[in-house]
Amino acid sequence: MLKNAVSCRDVVVVRGDREVLHGVGFDLRAGSVTGLLGPSGCGKTTLIRAIVGLQARVSGSVSVLGSPAGSAGLRGRIGYVTQEPSVYGDLTVTENLRFFAAVLGAESDDVQRVVDAVDLRSHADVRVDQLSGGQQSRASLAAALLGSPELLVLDEPTVGLDPVLRRDLWELFHRLADEGATLLVSSHVMDEAARCDRLLLMRDGELLADETPGDLLESAGTDDLEQAFLTLIERKAEAR
Amino acid sequence: MTLRVTLAVAARVLSQLRRDHRTVAMLIVMPALLVTLMWWMFHDSPTTFDRVGGPLLAVFPAIIMFIVTSVATLRERSSGTLSRLFTLPMAKLDFLLGYALAFAVIAVVQALVVVSIALYALDLDIQGAAWQLGVVAVLDGILGTALGLFASAFAATEFQAVQMMPAVMIPQLLLCGLLLPRDQLPDVLHAVSTVLPLSYAVDAVLGVAQGNSPVAEMLVVLGFIVAALGLGAATLKRRTA
Repeated sequence: MLKNAVSCRDVVVVRGDREVLHGVGFDLRAGSVTGLLGPSGCGKTTLIRAIVGLQARVSGSVSVLGSPAGSAGLRGRIGYVTQEPSVYGDLTVTENLRFFAAVLGAESDDVQRVVDAVDLRSHADVRVDQLSGGQQSRASLAAALLGSPELLVLDEPTVGLDPVLRRDLWELFHRLADEGATLLVSSHVMDEAARCDRLLLMRDGELLADETPGDLLESAGTDDLEQAFLTLIERKAEAR
Repeated sequence: MTLRVTLAVAARVLSQLRRDHRTVAMLIVMPALLVTLMWWMFHDSPTTFDRVGGPLLAVFPAIIMFIVTSVATLRERSSGTLSRLFTLPMAKLDFLLGYALAFAVIAVVQALVVVSIALYALDLDIQGAAWQLGVVAVLDGILGTALGLFASAFAATEFQAVQMMPAVMIPQLLLCGLLLPRDQLPDVLHAVSTVLPLSYAVDAVLGVAQGNSPVAEMLVVLGFIVAALGLGAATLKRRTA
């Protein structure tokens, strides 16, 4: 088994005439849950799109499950959840999942499994556009779980969910990691950081930190992750 | 390319369409209504309707299919479902052929309705067999779909996609032989019209109307369909800015 599910080195991404990632490098240990945190607009989604192979004009190296990001062999081995729920609004949850399962070639009983995993059984036969925002993002997450992908890349999967549901989803993320999957979960809320095995802190297209939550708090000399983030930013500014 | 994936896309598009009654009505009823409108316009000169009625059976299905398909694929882009599909084992051609197949099913129903109405309600006079006219109308509907899928690869938003219609279809509509027989066009325009797919769609219908075999023209239309889908797959990008 690979030690690192994802390895990024000197990743630079240009969009239009602007460089949005300025040489980002990190590894995602296989079987871990890593939080990708940073303010809106810092480049989280661009980095995620580079990893799943959908971002144009990426330089540097992005290696995913042992292959260059975007390789044909990776398709179906990565579960990707975009920020907006990427499911068909005019189909029911089950119809959506059956379709994605058919594209994947997944077993049909996999649909039931992922519906249960995101706790949508009571709404399985409701059209997605009639669901609440939180339910829609869970439907989108369910689609990414189909076929038990080795790498799950989730762009803000817990936005707008109530605390109980968020806790349940984080438990699910860790359960999946225990079963061997690697997860990268982006968020702009700091209180989710504590639930991760490791944290990547981003700001303005650069990586500020790549540490465990505990180490981050210790090096910043605080017990509050939000404060630790601020301390890091200030230290970075002083170093310049 | 995988047959399983192509069929999954086609089945999914059809079940989405089944929920969307207005679009289905637009696709099935609209060409027939427009042909009826033309019949009414030329009520006092039935020979004119016999001349333009056939070409209309090629033009309306193609244009309406073009509009609907060029927007349909853009919806997948803006909703993020295309991004998701591109991380799955789906070839670009699976996606385009799935759409083409679903809309081909619609084209069959559309052709049945519009040809039946033209021949039996509006007394359109043709020399060839009714089924030939039906087959040609289906093919022309699929041509509109294929061109729509190709055009949608060049549009970034639905707003841009609808602008493709006047850019791609109206010049073809003017030069296809509906308004003026193509051999009466100025030389340069005639030359242009010989490389436009809709010209052959209309020629095929005219062939049936005059009792000639439309096979050669139909093969040209088929060639345009294959080329449009192939180019559409080549221009569709997995990686975007």
